[in-house]
Amino acid sequence: MSFLLPCPFCGRRPVDEFTCFGEVTKRPASSPTLRELTDYVYFRDNAAGVQREWWQHRAGCGEWFLAERDTRTNEVLEVKLPEPQRPGPGSDLVGSDPR
Amino acid sequence: MRLEPQQRERIDRSRPVSFTFAGWKVTGFEGDTLGSAAFAADKRVFSRSFKYHRPRGLLCCSGHCPNCLMTVDGVPNVRVCTEPIREGAVVRGQNVRWSLDLDFMSVTDKIGAPFTPVGFYYRTFIRPRRLWPLYEKFLRSAAGLGKLDERAGHSRRYDVEHRRARVLVVGGGQAGRAAALAAATTGPGVVLVDEDARHGGLRLKGVEVLAPARALGIWEGGLVPVDAGTLLYRFRVERIIVATGATEQPLVFPGNDLVGVMLPDGARRLVRDYSVKPGNRAVVLASDDAGLEIADDLREAGIAVPRVLDLRDIRPRELAAQGRKGRVRRLVVDDESIDCDLLVASAGSQPAYSLLAQAGARIEFDPELGVFVPTELPPGVEAVGSVTGEGLGKVAPEPAYRGGGKCFVCVCEDVTTKDMKRAIAEGFDSIELAKRYTTTTMGPCQGKLCHLSSIRLYAQENRMYESAIGTTTARPPWAPVELGLLAGRELTPARLTSIHWRHVEAGATIQWAGPWKRPYAYGDKPDDEVRAVHESLGVIDVSTLGKLVVEGPDAVALLERLYPNRFGDMKPGRIRYGVLTSDGGRIMDDGTIARLADDLYYVTTTSTGADAVTAWFEWWNAVWGYEAEIVNVTGAIAALNLAGPRSRDALQRLTEADVSAEEFKYLDAQEIEVAGIPTLALRIGFVGELGYELHFPSPAGEFLWDRLVAEGARPFGLEPQRVLRLEKGHVIVGQDTDSESNLYSSGMSWLPKLDKDDFVGKFALEHFARREEKERLVGFTMEDDYLPAEGAQVVIEGRPAGRVTSARRSEAAGAVIGLAWVPADRAESGTRVEIRIDRLLRGARVMHGAFFDAAGERMRG
Repeated sequence: MSFLLPCPFCGRRPVDEFTCFGEVTKRPASSPTLRELTDYVYFRDNAAGVQREWWQHRAGCGEWFLAERDTRTNEVLEVKLPEPQRPGPGSDLVGSDPR
Repeated sequence: MRLEPQQRERIDRSRPVSFTFAGWKVTGFEGDTLGSAAFAADKRVFSRSFKYHRPRGLLCCSGHCPNCLMTVDGVPNVRVCTEPIREGAVVRGQNVRWSLDLDFMSVTDKIGAPFTPVGFYYRTFIRPRRLWPLYEKFLRSAAGLGKLDERAGHSRRYDVEHRRARVLVVGGGQAGRAAALAAATTGPGVVLVDEDARHGGLRLKGVEVLAPARALGIWEGGLVPVDAGTLLYRFRVERIIVATGATEQPLVFPGNDLVGVMLPDGARRLVRDYSVKPGNRAVVLASDDAGLEIADDLREAGIAVPRVLDLRDIRPRELAAQGRKGRVRRLVVDDESIDCDLLVASAGSQPAYSLLAQAGARIEFDPELGVFVPTELPPGVEAVGSVTGEGLGKVAPEPAYRGGGKCFVCVCEDVTTKDMKRAIAEGFDSIELAKRYTTTTMGPCQGKLCHLSSIRLYAQENRMYESAIGTTTARPPWAPVELGLLAGRELTPARLTSIHWRHVEAGATIQWAGPWKRPYAYGDKPDDEVRAVHESLGVIDVSTLGKLVVEGPDAVALLERLYPNRFGDMKPGRIRYGVLTSDGGRIMDDGTIARLADDLYYVTTTSTGADAVTAWFEWWNAVWGYEAEIVNVTGAIAALNLAGPRSRDALQRLTEADVSAEEFKYLDAQEIEVAGIPTLALRIGFVGELGYELHFPSPAGEFLWDRLVAEGARPFGLEPQRVLRLEKGHVIVGQDTDSESNLYSSGMSWLPKLDKDDFVGKFALEHFARREEKERLVGFTMEDDYLPAEGAQVVIEGRPAGRVTSARRSEAAGAVIGLAWVPADRAESGTRVEIRIDRLLRGARVMHGAFFDAAGERMRG
């Protein structure tokens, strides 16, 4: 991987400056079954195609943002800052747990 | 032998330079290469071939072929044909037993051929298997290239430099220079790289010239690593212009590797650049116009050229070079024999498209030219000059191999036409398979001189068109590169605390701790430091702790959702221990959280976890969009842990604030001045004694350290701290826990508050709370004085059933104590388990809680 990624603030920078936190997933709303929980914690779509991902410009401005990337070509179609989503019942909370 | 001065010669005859060549003293001139000077001194054999140990001489003189690979001053595989001459250099042959001119291993050439066909080692040396080490030893010494000088060690230093350029031109020939100049008219940021050292002096307006330097490949995002000797440039470029030109191809015919068979450009360079006479009687074998022109050049230099054969006009039935002692003596064409000591032969020029192919261009066979040309270039990549096929003449359509004797397709790996035919007969019917089986194109030239001829041979044998065969995949690096250059110099920035040099002055043993350098102990008696903390007063530099300030109206909400325990009910000025868990319920990090005001928290993390925890906090904050700011102040704030029964008195002497037991309780946080330094004092007890963690601006680090030491605090290092915390049964996240550990199995079931609304890890912890854990983290005391290693097995009924994560000999506990993971049914206090120490099983008793001062009176008092 050596492509350039556009940071919403700093513009196109080498990907080495960024940290990828993996694809955007949906956090279960409340009291998930063990199966739903395991799905969320461990399973990823790993799409061969366009995928929404969390990135941080860690060695740069530090901003967290969402990127739409084609995993086949590393072409980044769109980057944007996340919409603030206050937690609460039924909120479509997105988050991915890389650990 | 030198010629009369030539018009464009590069040597300075007034400045002689001497060096040793295979034991002989050789004198050349400034401007020579090691190879041209040796050739001028009538040295003809430069190497022995890879497999058959045949003598080899200069072939291309342009740094492509393997024939002049030698060991120069201990550095193996140097191409002496392009390596500039230098005084006192020691040049030695490689892959040779005895000498270049008389190599014992060349016996493989005489008798070995029937026993050494292609792929022979895959088959011959398979059985018996146990003999393989012996075979391997022999094969490795018999074949191959240069050897590394093990004593030379780290004699060279390599660096990496990151650079940006608007336009990078690869290749400094006519087309490359023109493209660079044209690009420079549209703005700055134009760089040209060329492998020829003499281009270093090239002056092009508005163009930066790097030479000698080689582009190693083209990666996505316009990343081009450029090898400039001991410096690797990592270029990021917007436009890449490839002007790598075309490479003359050796003609394939019997005896084509004899010393004295040269490519036209090689002979031309010797004459034009170094005024060296390449031979006395030359025969020219040409496949295109460029191949013919050399005849005039040679005649002009006074070399007899009795015959010029244009293979486009004649189709000889037999064509073979014959020689004596590996040197060419005559060329046999049909029934005619022509004496010569130089045979200039070429099969035409092939565009050097490798970089373009790596970048993603399509490579197609051009039937008009008879060579492969690049098409469909990827965006941002351009090609100019003869690499596109432009200006190349049509070449003779068929290869010329006819006649007896070895006929080399690949001089690097000693692959003959017979080997190729055999591979095809054995069923390796795709060019990619044949390449791997015969190793054609896999030698030091990376296919530059054998790719085209192997495909032509393949096409002829299979009665196919070249276009149907296609090319093998081009992979970086496009030129050989020293491994040291790729590895670069070890650049691990050590993080040092602001008090670091005080530790060094005090004679501390310094060791790595994550990204930090920290004192292990201040002498060889860590136990004395432990005793000082228990009996009077100690101080440890804990500036490495991660320190975050979390502030804002939503700060409390953010922390409540990040930690399994509660913070909203904490009063300002109080401290609570917290453990971060992931949504999978696993322990990630731990630390203390001090509430300084309603909307202001001071969070500490483990020393190695600071960056990850900061990222974790910021990420969830981005997900949830809370109104909270997170600032990592790890480097800005120094921290000292003042611990021991005398710590209160010592602190009181340095501050006007009241730090009495009534006014400054256990788990209180107070902003006070210590010796005039504004300090956040946290009363916590990681080491189990009365103690204060003092957090204050880094620049005052040495000052406050000195003051505390003057108050009688004995510095203690990491090792005594580990003993002290183990005596209290305090867990170190990452040492005693791993990525599978959760709060229940680690004995911290009191910590999570599952009645909270939601927090990271809640769902998983709900499940964990309901299930039986298989393993538990427990303390243990050894029955005897044996000290288990960290990681030692816990054995139950003869089977490994757990592991020791920490163990130390403790004076205060009067025993060897430790922490270990054991099966849940053995986790009861008092259960006997066995631990393997040096292959023997030693008894231990499970213990819960602290090994020393179990009630915690010392730290709470």
